[in-house]
Amino acid sequence: MPKVGLFIPCYVDQFYPAVGLATLRILRQLGLEVEYPREQTCCGQPMANSGCAAEARPLAERFLRVFGGYDHVVAPSGSCVSMVRTHYRELLGERPDVAAVGARTYELCEYLADVVGVREVDGEFRRRVGLHHGCHGLRELRLARSSEMVGPPFDKVRGLLRQLRGIELVELQRPDECCGFGGTFAVAEEAVSCFMGRDRLADHQRAGAEVVTGVDMSCLMHLDGLARREARPLQVMHVAEILSRARLA
Amino acid sequence: MNGHPENAARFVADAERTHWHDTAVWSVRQKRDRAAWTVPEWEELREAAAGIKAHTLSRLADYLEEFERNATANGIRVHWARDGAEHNAIVHGILERHRVTRVAKSKSMLTEECHLNPYLEARGIEVVDTDLGERIVQLAQEPPSHIVMPAIHRKREEIGELFHRTIGTERGLTDPTRLTEAARLHLREKFLAAQAGLTGVNFALADTGGFVVVTNEGNADMGTSLPPLHIASMGVEKVIPRARDLGIFLRVLARSATGQPVSSYTTHFHGPIRGGELHVVVVDNGRSASLASPAFRRSLSCIRCGACLNTCPVYRRSGGYSYTYLIPGPIGSVLGPQRDARANASLPFASSLCGSCSDVCPVKIDVHHELLALRGALAEHGQVAAGKRLSMWFLGFLLRRPALYELAGRMARLVLRRLPALARLGPGGVWARQRELPPAPAESFREMMRRQP
Repeated sequence: MPKVGLFIPCYVDQFYPAVGLATLRILRQLGLEVEYPREQTCCGQPMANSGCAAEARPLAERFLRVFGGYDHVVAPSGSCVSMVRTHYRELLGERPDVAAVGARTYELCEYLADVVGVREVDGEFRRRVGLHHGCHGLRELRLARSSEMVGPPFDKVRGLLRQLRGIELVELQRPDECCGFGGTFAVAEEAVSCFMGRDRLADHQRAGAEVVTGVDMSCLMHLDGLARREARPLQVMHVAEILSRARLA
Repeated sequence: MNGHPENAARFVADAERTHWHDTAVWSVRQKRDRAAWTVPEWEELREAAAGIKAHTLSRLADYLEEFERNATANGIRVHWARDGAEHNAIVHGILERHRVTRVAKSKSMLTEECHLNPYLEARGIEVVDTDLGERIVQLAQEPPSHIVMPAIHRKREEIGELFHRTIGTERGLTDPTRLTEAARLHLREKFLAAQAGLTGVNFALADTGGFVVVTNEGNADMGTSLPPLHIASMGVEKVIPRARDLGIFLRVLARSATGQPVSSYTTHFHGPIRGGELHVVVVDNGRSASLASPAFRRSLSCIRCGACLNTCPVYRRSGGYSYTYLIPGPIGSVLGPQRDARANASLPFASSLCGSCSDVCPVKIDVHHELLALRGALAEHGQVAAGKRLSMWFLGFLLRRPALYELAGRMARLVLRRLPALARLGPGGVWARQRELPPAPAESFREMMRRQP
């Protein structure tokens, strides 16, 4: 039985504890031995994305220390996992511990699809749902084929969601355009960021979505903030909150 | 000087125009998708193109010398320019020797980079840009806003008005066919009057000593067929080893740029026309510095297809002029700071790092990772605002101390709930101008876990 370290990104910890609980529920329901190491804080992405490598490095080292002892590390975020898997190398250099922890750290849906091998999602979700692919999950972790690439289609997130009874996954005009969150971009380039977000919401609404879901609460926080300001009839839910209602096998 | 965020904010203030620009440019991305999907081996082509470029860059000097030897044997005169000033002086020297006062120029981002037009105009030489889009922005006295579609930011009504004002078409003309016809007649006079033709170079072939220029309007051919003098300007990175590799690049270039299977005119130049002269000016202008940097070397692979601009959600919604470098969009934001870090310091941050540019790039430049690497380089050289730096240092300080982080989180949520006005100071305020702040639950995940693990 592998020992799973639950990695709850800092902003999920503080603002969206329900997403953390849903993730924990999913993993425990699968009979996995899950631990939440309390010394964890943040993977360092905000600093690294601002170019502040010196500030990001100690957090990356800390992450490796805290999670180094687990067989698998699982997080409800594509972006933070990509930070660990793709960008720690650039920050800390090619080191065996960096490569090892990076290879064992998974985004939740990817973990369910590739490692646990979930084949059955037994549950019900009678809503029209728009799937928002976070860019780092999509183009760095390859959770699905991006629209730029030519090749056979695959989508690990959709593959899990579509098994829910009653769910209707709507077809977007631009299936994987960025929502404009982009970390500090959301504030530094506020004007374009918000324009991009509203365009995404409009695409989901045109497609008839009632719920917008995704693997990254950061994109969803931005979209939710815009939707609530304009009182748009869209509910935002993390994919873990939807999947935690089902029995996975 | 304004950076990208300020320029972009001005652009998006006109929401209707922003939607129009986004849709117009996105339609080119869609054409590119359809064209790419007609080639089952698309990803292998990208891989091959990237591999050839990487190989060429690893022995660039050798291939340039091979090109020079073979071109010289073909009767082409090869010149070397260290920077834009040398390039302009060489071009002007050749034109002066031939007493040329009127030249027809086809599209070349390199001559834009060297500011050749104003240089020649100041010396009494009339330069006519003969690409339709280039001619439009030249008549409007604007720089190009896109590297493949220079006038993409202009609506046809505006072009009708511009033509009425500058080349005397009837007022209120908006029909694209008639506007193009008017431009064609206007340009024909210019072609007939030109004493020399200037072009760029898409690919220089080391093994044959020739070069290839692609256009959709045949304007490079028109401009170089009549006059006896042809001067072609190329960056050092334009050389490829063999003519037989050309097919790979031509297949990805036209599809990536405009969604066409191949460009309308693909012209091979292997020597001067009878009784004429053909000169090639090979320009460095900072490229060897990029070549020396492992982090940014790959950006020299760029074949200027513009696909990264068309796919970029930020470019589409902020327009070419919001970028402080003459090549806008993702690839320009990689190239610009390498030329002038201070003037282009905002460009690496003018991206949500969504990575669409990297996935669309036909030569697989890892554009968004290069942007990220540039952010680091700028921070190291003190080109990131002190306030941002300080807040990242402070955040880092908190996040290294779990107890302090927990306390700060609890306080932040308390402030969000009880004193929302206070939460709107600083970045929270910028966030909240158009968006609601995130919810502030009474308990964090870690607090819940402590209570009930």
